[in-house]
Amino acid sequence: MNRAEKEAYLREYGQLKAEGEPFFPYSVAKDSVVAVIVMAIIITMSIVLGAELGPKADPTSTTYVPRPEWYFFFLFELLKIIKPPELVPLATIGIPTIGLILLFLLPFYDRSAERHPLRRPVATTAGIMVIFAMGYLTYMGAAAGSPNEIEMEAPSTLAGAAAVEWEKGKIVVGQSGCLACHKIGENGNNGPGPELSHIANKLPAQAIAQTLRNPTSPMPSFKNLEEQSPEKFSAMVSFLGQLN
Amino acid sequence: MPDVKKLLPPIPDSLKLQPRRAGTDPEPETVLENAQEAGKHAAGWIDERLQLSGAVRWALFRKVPRHDWTYALGFSVMFSFLSQAVTGVFLATAYDPSTTNAYESIRQITNEAFLGQFLRGMHRWGSTVMVVLVFLHMAQTFFYGAYKYPRELNWVIGVVLLVLTMAMSFTGYLLPFDQRSYWATIVGVNINGTGPIVGPYLSDFLRAGPEFGATTLSRFYAIHMLLVPGAIGAMVGAHLWLVMRLGTTSPPWNKPRKKADA
Repeated sequence: MNRAEKEAYLREYGQLKAEGEPFFPYSVAKDSVVAVIVMAIIITMSIVLGAELGPKADPTSTTYVPRPEWYFFFLFELLKIIKPPELVPLATIGIPTIGLILLFLLPFYDRSAERHPLRRPVATTAGIMVIFAMGYLTYMGAAAGSPNEIEMEAPSTLAGAAAVEWEKGKIVVGQSGCLACHKIGENGNNGPGPELSHIANKLPAQAIAQTLRNPTSPMPSFKNLEEQSPEKFSAMVSFLGQLN
Repeated sequence: MPDVKKLLPPIPDSLKLQPRRAGTDPEPETVLENAQEAGKHAAGWIDERLQLSGAVRWALFRKVPRHDWTYALGFSVMFSFLSQAVTGVFLATAYDPSTTNAYESIRQITNEAFLGQFLRGMHRWGSTVMVVLVFLHMAQTFFYGAYKYPRELNWVIGVVLLVLTMAMSFTGYLLPFDQRSYWATIVGVNINGTGPIVGPYLSDFLRAGPEFGATTLSRFYAIHMLLVPGAIGAMVGAHLWLVMRLGTTSPPWNKPRKKADA
């Protein structure tokens, strides 16, 4: 904005202000109505949705897969989309930092005098695209489902006790947080660990059990699980051993 | 004595207090008349010492350009913040920020205290409402071009407030100290640690040390209820001061009815 544009703006603004309404009661009335609506929304959400409290924090468990609050989902999804390890810092810090700097400096690089959204095509398009991108990533994060649950049908060849064991193994694998790093069918993240959808074709059950006990870093070992509850461990192995 | 009439809003003539006619103004006699005089005297005494009536009058009756309902978004953000502050104070009366007792105190608030779950729900969902309103307020400012001259610095203050709001929601997430909050916070702090230059220091500051320990929770608690709310209060003050000094913008499609004098 050059000096003439600034003066023109201030002149027009002064005019608009003089033709305006007193803050009290006109703005105050609108603000009050909106405040009542906001309060009603908060109270309704509190009554309908309540406040859940999960199990107590356990620093010794290594298998809990955390999920952030929904308005951080877009950052969370960004992490999932960007796979190569050398680019991960870009997703965690790079893109949010650049976005924040762009946000801070907005009035200093967008200096045109035009304010009407339809006559600022670049700014308006960029704004709408950012909103859509964040909305899409948030939706993806929400639709990813619980990272502790696997949705899969038992193979039709299994029946009776084997099918029960398979279902049990499915739950244990889900709760053990495997999906944070492994893809199983349509579930979980593809990486950093290898896909497990057809792991039984590559490894016999025995070898799978061995890998669970003695994995390569950074995968956690499931030796403790085997010692504390062997039936969970064997259910896990029999579920993974059927993935072919 | 200062003129109390200056404090009255621009109400229609029919509702205005009628001045008494000259010569018919008697000394207060009845109890009611005396009480009325006492009120005027008290208001006058206070205003003579605070010198506020001018500022209040200016703040309330200054003209603002005609505007639509989206202009109430800013106030609604502040209102949701006040709601968070009030419910937060009530929660703080029963919360114990130690790793051994935090979970139990939240369980007591949720399951045993009178209206406890309702209160927690208001604080928990109030944060969601506040974040949504912050984004709506920001989008409105962006699309209306309201961040432009002469309001650039108020936009910058607004972005600081956005970051502070995010910091509130991040630090508040740990306080119930259940599995979800604990592990989400571990991940969040580790992500902070990968940042350039200040990243590792920020993580150490948040954890109160190189590892997540017993003092981490009390540090998050102090940040959540003293440091950041104080900063938000100060920033909101500056934000509002600039809004009042510079005036709220006009929607960009509104033009003056009569041409400005050249």
